[in-house]
Amino acid sequence: MDQAYVGRSFSFADAYEVGRESIRQFAQAIGDENPLYVDQVAAQTAGHLDVVAPPTFVIAVIARAQDAVMFDPALGLDFSRVVHGDQRFVHHRPVVAGDVLRSTVHIDSIRVMAGNDVIGVRTEVVSGSSEPVCTAFGTLVSRGVS
Amino acid sequence: MAEEPIRTINYVDVSVGDILPPLDLSIPRSQLVRYAGASGDFNPIHWNDRAATAVGLPSVIVHGMLTMALAGRIVTDWIGDPGAVAELGVRFTRPIPVRDDDIGAALAITAVVGALDEQARTARVDITARYAGQTVLGKARAIVRLG
Repeated sequence: MDQAYVGRSFSFADAYEVGRESIRQFAQAIGDENPLYVDQVAAQTAGHLDVVAPPTFVIAVIARAQDAVMFDPALGLDFSRVVHGDQRFVHHRPVVAGDVLRSTVHIDSIRVMAGNDVIGVRTEVVSGSSEPVCTAFGTLVSRGVS
Repeated sequence: MAEEPIRTINYVDVSVGDILPPLDLSIPRSQLVRYAGASGDFNPIHWNDRAATAVGLPSVIVHGMLTMALAGRIVTDWIGDPGAVAELGVRFTRPIPVRDDDIGAALAITAVVGALDEQARTARVDITARYAGQTVLGKARAIVRLG
């Protein structure tokens, strides 16, 4: 893998518009019947502008931005050998329906551990021009050819 | 329609060692298809046995991010408002194969309050997810804001 990528960041041009139906479908897919995912009145009563997204919904928000960087052949990541090592979301505020979110992908680290390439990715998600919404930390492991 | 108030948990009512209500779930293959659609993760190892066995897996496996979402559920079921989750993180330590029957994979999720931060009024919840008696996540933790 190309070490020159460490420290680089990539702003994804397309915004992700969070829709109520996208949140509903995601909540159904994880089998979660929390009313704040589907009921606007309940969400607003709890102090939110609109229905709230499940904590891991952000993975769908950042997927295209992250894939655009990870699938860049110049990075040299062999995707047929990649597994997800870890994932962590730091929520600066909840994602709600109506949010228009932009993602910037940062390559924090590229290491070789036990013959595997290990890449640390941080994606900063902001609303509007700069309001921080979520920081997503992920580790991808490309298993070495043994 | 009368709205049920969303339960909130107050900092003073939480102690280190408190055990959250456990969650026993079965993940049938249909849920993997549903999750693929909702998340946009169409990696065929989650819906096609041929693709899964080609990379050495016994069968299709659960999306790691679906397992993480289910681990998050034990926390949001407890606190009521998912917006109170300030942080959620996991390591994926073991794949979960999903049988082609009505049950699929049975997942047992437990959680305990591991630490409290009085100044921030937050709790750290330590989560354990087991499949066939073995843990499938490492360092699975949430930080939640309490009332």
